[in-house]
Amino acid sequence: MTDGPLVLGIETSCDETGVGIVRGQTLLVDAVASSVDEHARFGGVVPEVASRAHLEAMVPTIERACREAGVRLQDLDAIAVTAGPGLAGALLVGVASAKSLALALGTPLYGVNHLASHVAVDVVEHGPLPEPTMALLVSGGHSSLLLVPDVTRDIRSLGSTLDDAAGEAFDKVARVLGLPFPGGPFIDRAARDGNRIAIDFPRGLTSGKDRQHHEFDFSFSGLKTAVARWVQLREQAGEAVPVNDVAASFQEAVVDVLTRKAVRACAANGVDDLLLGGGVAANSRLRALAQERCDVAGIRLRVPRPGLCTDNGAMVAALGAQLVDRGRTPSRLDLPTDSSMPVQQVQA
Amino acid sequence: MSDVLLLAIDTSTSAITVALHDGSSVLAEATTLGARGHAEHLAPGIRTVLDRAGVTPTDVTHVAVGLGPGPFTGLRVGIVTARTFALAVGARVHGLCSLDVLAHQGVVSGAVSGGELLVATDARRKEVYWSRYAVEPAQPGGIRRIGDPTVSRPADLDADVVALPTVGRGPQLYPDVWTAGILSPGELRSAPVLPGSSEGFGLIDVSAAALAELVIQRLAAGDPVDEHEPFYLRRPDAVPSASSAIARSALG
Repeated sequence: MTDGPLVLGIETSCDETGVGIVRGQTLLVDAVASSVDEHARFGGVVPEVASRAHLEAMVPTIERACREAGVRLQDLDAIAVTAGPGLAGALLVGVASAKSLALALGTPLYGVNHLASHVAVDVVEHGPLPEPTMALLVSGGHSSLLLVPDVTRDIRSLGSTLDDAAGEAFDKVARVLGLPFPGGPFIDRAARDGNRIAIDFPRGLTSGKDRQHHEFDFSFSGLKTAVARWVQLREQAGEAVPVNDVAASFQEAVVDVLTRKAVRACAANGVDDLLLGGGVAANSRLRALAQERCDVAGIRLRVPRPGLCTDNGAMVAALGAQLVDRGRTPSRLDLPTDSSMPVQQVQA
Repeated sequence: MSDVLLLAIDTSTSAITVALHDGSSVLAEATTLGARGHAEHLAPGIRTVLDRAGVTPTDVTHVAVGLGPGPFTGLRVGIVTARTFALAVGARVHGLCSLDVLAHQGVVSGAVSGGELLVATDARRKEVYWSRYAVEPAQPGGIRRIGDPTVSRPADLDADVVALPTVGRGPQLYPDVWTAGILSPGELRSAPVLPGSSEGFGLIDVSAAALAELVIQRLAAGDPVDEHEPFYLRRPDAVPSASSAIARSALG
């Protein structure tokens, strides 16, 4: 039996209704209800559909989390909730629910940053975060390189995407290739049977002046367009599109840039630990190439298991527990949501 | 009713309104008018009424919430707050159509005393949410809804419907349509009329005190009032493009 605060975390920033409970650094439960199937026919997340699904799933997911963890709500020491960034209407459902819980139970409330939670979650799998840690967060909404001296109050952005998020590029390329939404897992699967050096797709912001000015930024829009044009030319010529090779070569272009810049950011800042997070961190090739390059550079790599990389409530609870541990000030009951909350702001 | 402590919430109109009722009278109420941030004001409002009544959250036995129709985002804040609060303290959840509450306000304030009345509220996008009611003193709250709540363009309402005494923001927003049914300014803000209430309420926005009173009357009449799904009345595809923008567009 480990000790530490018993914290329930709520996450509703996109299409997953997540409720997790931790005790200190021990994960007790990670309950997630996803509305992804309802969005598939739109080819992307529809905010109103997501918000309705959150309202339906909120209380049942809290109940399930408590049941599976064997925890009574009355035993909780604190409530944590994603206050931003994310879809405004979706965030509000989680924040309203968290406030109501905190008010009814008389516990402190912590409104937290979604991206900081993606970093903080790894403590439940691999123990305390080295300080500082370098974090590469890649998802459908974000692609960021973060220097993290203290996840509870000091997160510095070294770079981020100038256009599409990495996961967004996967979704768009999947559509070009006739693969389902969300694109990530389907491209990953197709790529396993493809040749990743078959097509030399562009690596954004990696050479010349671009690299100088945007050393740790990303750009995936040009890559997506290059893939679309390549496929279009094949189709116009009446040739079959080698889906597996395109998927593998596209995926390689993305993970090559991500890992190259992440490793370089570690070296430039004298950081020995790299953490991957966000939904794209579930990509098998990203994990493999990151491991390969970290081994060469003498960097320790931490990657939470895939279920903790995608959006979930456990990551919010994990950050909440660390905020409690370090004596950070709780949020007020009039805590607002912030759909474009900057990553430097850990607490709302 | 004995041993009742009912917390009532409504966020379907521009009022963020909260009240506590003990089964016979209103114990406390707090209403923030015209506020945009429902999520910001609601929880502090609940704390305010609990403090004013000198009770703790675990004393609450019933939670009642207005189910709209109303702007979706604010509506969800009220419903999820009510459901979660009830879960946390082991209370029962009750839901009411928010238009029913406004109809009850129209009757209990004395603004309408017989025949029929119309409730018409702001549905945005140049439309109103509306419903017709028969004024029947024998019914709980003195009203009986005729048909289901509907969303329409004001100009599409029948002339005899629009001619009814009308409660809600509709007539203020569309005075060219409501030329006869609009209540006089004096009727738009009543004196305190509910037992125990020290505040009046308008006939424009929902009052949680009136919501509490209506639920208590329906419970006393044997109605479980146990549905609490929102009245959306519109499909998600039909929301305006500004808020329905596909977050991860695949159209690049």
